[in-house]
Amino acid sequence: MIATAIRVDLQLIADMVESSTRALDVGCGDGSLLAYLVDFKRVDARGMELSQAGVNACVANGLSVVQGDADTDLRDYPNDAFDYVILSQTLQATREPREVLRQMLRVGKRAIVSFPNFAHWQVRLRLVFGGRMPQTPSLPYKWYETPNIHLCSIDDFRALCAETGVLIEQAIVLNRNSRPINLPPFVANLLGEQAVFMLRRD
Amino acid sequence: MEGTIDPSLFDSLSPSELKALAHCHHAKLGVDRPLRLDCGVELGPYRVAYQTYGTLNAQKSNAILICHALTGDQFVVERHPVTGKDGWWDTMVGPGKVLDPARYYIICANVLGGCMGTTGPLADDPATRKPWNLRFPVVTVGDMVRTQAALLDHLGIPDLFCVIGGSMGGMQVLEWAASFPKRVFSAVPIACAARHSAQNIAFHEVGRQAIMADPEWRGGDYREYDTRPARGLAVARMTAHITYLSELALQRKFGRALQNRNALGFGFDADFQVESYLRHQGSTFVERFDANSYLYITRAMDYFDLAGAHGGSLSQAFRGSPTRFCLMSFTSDWLFPTRESRQIVHALNAAAANVSFVEIESDKGHDAFLLDEPEMFRTLSGFLKGAAIARGLDGVR
Repeated sequence: MIATAIRVDLQLIADMVESSTRALDVGCGDGSLLAYLVDFKRVDARGMELSQAGVNACVANGLSVVQGDADTDLRDYPNDAFDYVILSQTLQATREPREVLRQMLRVGKRAIVSFPNFAHWQVRLRLVFGGRMPQTPSLPYKWYETPNIHLCSIDDFRALCAETGVLIEQAIVLNRNSRPINLPPFVANLLGEQAVFMLRRD
Repeated sequence: MEGTIDPSLFDSLSPSELKALAHCHHAKLGVDRPLRLDCGVELGPYRVAYQTYGTLNAQKSNAILICHALTGDQFVVERHPVTGKDGWWDTMVGPGKVLDPARYYIICANVLGGCMGTTGPLADDPATRKPWNLRFPVVTVGDMVRTQAALLDHLGIPDLFCVIGGSMGGMQVLEWAASFPKRVFSAVPIACAARHSAQNIAFHEVGRQAIMADPEWRGGDYREYDTRPARGLAVARMTAHITYLSELALQRKFGRALQNRNALGFGFDADFQVESYLRHQGSTFVERFDANSYLYITRAMDYFDLAGAHGGSLSQAFRGSPTRFCLMSFTSDWLFPTRESRQIVHALNAAAANVSFVEIESDKGHDAFLLDEPEMFRTLSGFLKGAAIARGLDGVR
């Protein structure tokens, strides 16, 4: 597969990954990040994807992808199998985010996690003044059909890292156009629509 | 090699074997160094009948080994010299197909214990100069793979770009990757398992008992009596054939439709189309397959347990494997269901091997791997393309 332009948030993640390393993309979807890593950074990149259609499309494009579930199948991998384990926009949909994070940092030397920020001002406004479960561009689902069962804010995620002894090497907060914004943490938690964290074990 | 026959290896060829060997290559192996079988017996010399398609490139980097299933053979593409039917995998192999002889050098050898020219129970025991029949040593999937490795040595091929096969062929692929990891650049085990399940052993046992219950089997020495256990072998094939299909496929194809009649016959003729179909499958099978061979090859599958051979840990079998794997299973395959493939994937993940796994939606049961399954072709051609780029094969965009 020859990768072309990829989504801005995926590009950010790709930029965090060093060339010629080993990476596992958990929830790799159609494989666009994987293909980019393989083609442009010579990464030995593997994928895991829940939807069989996604897996088949990836493999047909020459990518190494297996069908699997972040909640249950990371356990199969040995310690330190990868330099990076990537989980993009999926953490909030897992059943046990804390355990998934733990597994990611067991299997990988580093973890890269991106997620939507539930404390974004738009979300707050919709809940406070609209009185309805928020629907935003990064959280487009109605409450009864959302796969996002464990939403969190940027500050929640930082707290989880602190509690579980995970070191935050890098944190990038993105605005509504997926552009990085440089703000002090308490403002970031209000203005950031999503965040990308690079983590490692303490 | 083709057409020229070494008389020392052809003492008591069956008519089928003679026809087969006239239409393929064969090699006399194990002359200097006999093959030590898993059962402890040393076998040699032995004959391997094989077919090739395409040309080996100068770097010897484009060889693909196809491993055939229980009742398959080396005639992958062309009209079969014994049955006159199309090659068993001409959907996969051929000009313009996924495995194109214009690009790859494709080899397929009849398995050890087989009846299309490779040494098996039909051959003569060199010690007694009499047919082996049931005195032929019990062979394993590992033994089959070692004869294929010896064939590659004979052909001067250091390693394979890909080893591919379905069902028992997939077992051989797994065995190849575990036993000769450095000789296998990529491996495609399709619709298979790392060990034969109790249910599958049970079905095989029914088949074997059917053969041995046929009075014409004569303790395996039927050829000496100029007869053969055709009924027993046909029943074995009928039972097995059901396991290759799915309930849905059978229902759709036959339902309860009657065969050449408008009402039930109140007897035991083939009233139903499905009965007539199975009888046909049974009777055509005995024309091309040897009953003793069927006993031996089903036994080899029963004995297959890759984890057992590696201290009970399947991932141990693949530890440090440099091979790129692509596994495929089919949703309606109940003989080698998806969970069997998934178990292999888990073990490969645990060994941090490079693995892809695709489950293909199909209602055609186990036989799907032999049929026109576009998703399988698409997956495989994508996988091979990625592997070819990684290997630096010419002619790959």
